[in-house]
Amino acid sequence: MSGRLTVHDPRGYPPKVTGKRLAPRPQSLDGKTLYLVDCLFDNSEVFMEQMRRWFAEHLPAVNTRMIKPRESWVDDPDMRAKVAADGDAAILGVGL
Amino acid sequence: MSLESSGVPTVAIHTDVFARLAKSVAHANGMPRMRQAYVPQPVVDKTPEELRADIEGNDRITGRPFMQEVIEALSRPLDEEDLKGMSFERATPRLLEPDSEDNLQRLFSESRWTDLLPVILPTEERVAAMLKGTSHPPDKIVGRLRPTAFREFWELTVEKVAVNAVMAGARPEYLPVILALAASGQSARSSSTTSFAVISVVNGPIRNEIGMDSGIGVLGPYNHANATIGRAYNLLSINLQGGSVPGDTYMGSLGNWYNYSATFPEAEERSPWEPLHMQRGCKPTDSTVSVFFGGWYTQAGYGPRETWKEKMIRCMTAAEHHNPPLLVLDPIAARGFAKLGFTKQKLIEWCAENARMPAREYWDNQWIQTLVRPLAVAGVEPYATRLKARPDELVHMFQPEEINIVVAGGETQGAWKMFGGIPRGLVSVDAWR
Repeated sequence: MSGRLTVHDPRGYPPKVTGKRLAPRPQSLDGKTLYLVDCLFDNSEVFMEQMRRWFAEHLPAVNTRMIKPRESWVDDPDMRAKVAADGDAAILGVGL
Repeated sequence: MSLESSGVPTVAIHTDVFARLAKSVAHANGMPRMRQAYVPQPVVDKTPEELRADIEGNDRITGRPFMQEVIEALSRPLDEEDLKGMSFERATPRLLEPDSEDNLQRLFSESRWTDLLPVILPTEERVAAMLKGTSHPPDKIVGRLRPTAFREFWELTVEKVAVNAVMAGARPEYLPVILALAASGQSARSSSTTSFAVISVVNGPIRNEIGMDSGIGVLGPYNHANATIGRAYNLLSINLQGGSVPGDTYMGSLGNWYNYSATFPEAEERSPWEPLHMQRGCKPTDSTVSVFFGGWYTQAGYGPRETWKEKMIRCMTAAEHHNPPLLVLDPIAARGFAKLGFTKQKLIEWCAENARMPAREYWDNQWIQTLVRPLAVAGVEPYATRLKARPDELVHMFQPEEINIVVAGGETQGAWKMFGGIPRGLVSVDAWR
């Protein structure tokens, strides 16, 4: 086959991406409630506990709370609502 | 990203090997400036002291102190780019710019639109001929696919499935089976770190109509329909879900040879038992495909000989706990079990009853900890009962409905194989004729 060929693009149809803005940041975490979200990967609970201890030792003015979703890799709207209602910031961690 | 959208300043912590993936997911979700921080891979199997050292060390991507990155991610003021997010279209063209065959083969390979073996180029004529294999219009939406639960779905049409079927070397008469696989919603190219593949089983009259072979070498590259249907399923999964590129849309640590092709028909006519689709309530005249997410482990045996129970129990307890067995029995082996008085269902129940291990071993599995333990803690059965067991108490690994048996093979040997195979549904082929 020596000529030029016209062929189909094999890729599917991606969704349109709608931009989402980041949430406004506080000037400081002092006095704020910071949720440490354990994403339930193996050993992430131990990692997040070490994060909690780090804050207790280095930034004791930050009020840390541990929280977990209902199950792994599934959105948990109740947990999100709780963090949004009671929290000022969140750390999600950690995978593999 | 959902928390950030709810107004909560958030930083996501990942291990460094996932950096490209994490940035790519944030970009595809319209939040390319999502703030992230990175510790060394892995987190699994590290002691609290080792994890603390990672926390007190440097971020693996920026090289700055990790906790400084975390705190700044939560408190650094937003700039203009942070505030606007990023909206964009990613339309793909229907046809590519005309070029020589060599250049197009190179383009397809270098763009990762193939399995890196040569493909049949999907010319307009070839795709039009392929589309004659179904009564459905080219623009009909077949379904949606994505490589993993946290990525966005891509949409696929009959024409796009036909394009990938041409590339795999399939014939038009195979198209209804390939469309049914595409409609399953299960990608054959999962990006899971556990290098999964999808093993699919074809049942009903379509097997013989299109020349699939359930005989000698049924699980290998020895029949055109078996081989190219399985390859088409993998190619369409790559291209219609947004890619299968290592480090981005593919994260399987070891990879999996079953990602080339893993589709076969059940030997219904030579089986002593009812076929898979009839176990699910279909009629013998229905044509179906059943998909099994797995292929992570493979074990094998012969039998049933005098000590078959011991062998089978060893294989089942050696299986990955989160990946129940899909047993493929050569008809000789199946008839051997039938002679011992087993129906398919009785053998499944025997397997479920005897696949047991000490609770401490069961709960020590990485994925049981990640995926099953949260359900057990929430009281979901049977996991909650398994969690209450004493460490040395034997717990069941699988439920009967998770275990599947299929009969196939050339009867040159009374062999069986056991694959990891999480049942992920049965789809009608007839609906796609």
